[in-house]
Amino acid sequence: MKEEDIYSELSSIRNLMERSSKFISLSGLSGVLAGIYALIGAYVGYKLVYKDNGGLMFRDSYIDLNILWQLFLIAAIVLVLSLSTGIWLTIRQARKRNENYWNPVSKRLLMTMTIPLVTGGLLILILMSRGYFGVISSSCLIFYGLALVAGSQYTLSDVKWLGLCEIVLGLMAAAFPGYGIVFWTIGFGALHILYGTVMHFKYNQ
Amino acid sequence: MKISLEQFDKAFENRIRLQVMSVLVANDSYDFNSLKELLNVTDGNLASHLKALEKESYIIVNKSFIGRKPNTQYSASPAGREAFKKHLQALENLIRQQKQ
Repeated sequence: MKEEDIYSELSSIRNLMERSSKFISLSGLSGVLAGIYALIGAYVGYKLVYKDNGGLMFRDSYIDLNILWQLFLIAAIVLVLSLSTGIWLTIRQARKRNENYWNPVSKRLLMTMTIPLVTGGLLILILMSRGYFGVISSSCLIFYGLALVAGSQYTLSDVKWLGLCEIVLGLMAAAFPGYGIVFWTIGFGALHILYGTVMHFKYNQ
Repeated sequence: MKISLEQFDKAFENRIRLQVMSVLVANDSYDFNSLKELLNVTDGNLASHLKALEKESYIIVNKSFIGRKPNTQYSASPAGREAFKKHLQALENLIRQQKQ
């Protein structure tokens, strides 16, 4: 065996071990788009709640049930748009790399992230139904962060850092009640755009 | 230059067998079709190499059904993991020897 043969053998082993256990066809662009949707959603939501009063005053309740439903609708639209964009771009990226997007690793990734996300989603619905609106923003961020940290073992390790940042923001949102929308906008808007941009230039080039 | 070839595992002389083993070492288990796709090999080819690894008891085969479709999961046995580690060690030693 020649030396180059051994090197190529070793690098092919390493490549296979990584490719078989990590799903890396995630698109940075989908992060940026999700961030933009979140920013638009947050702006519309802000206008609804604060009307033309301006500023970011402390609020501890949303008395108007009508506004509440509108906010809920906005959040749902942002979520559905982000998810569908993410899925579409991931499938496109996987096709480009000539990879199957539905493989054992992507299944594992999905399963690992679904558990904290669904738990968080249900908890938030329960909290809302009981009138605890002050913790919604922080629970969203914390459970989303936990899902990212858990899922990061099956994908690029950068995802873990995004998850940790979301958790920290979520805890801060819990510590400063009434400013939920600020932390929510930073976590789902600004951080996603930042993360997506970094990923795009790090891996897509 | 003296190369101790006896350190190399005969079972891993074939590239596909070594590749199968690297996938199984990195994952808890992997199914036949996903392996086939990942390694880009034909059914028969992969099956014969898996048989060979099974014969060495380097891998554990778990056959089951999902509905009516057979679903065969493969995982690395402790002996297989050990052998794989030794084989990598041997490759590393070889590089070190040639560097001297």
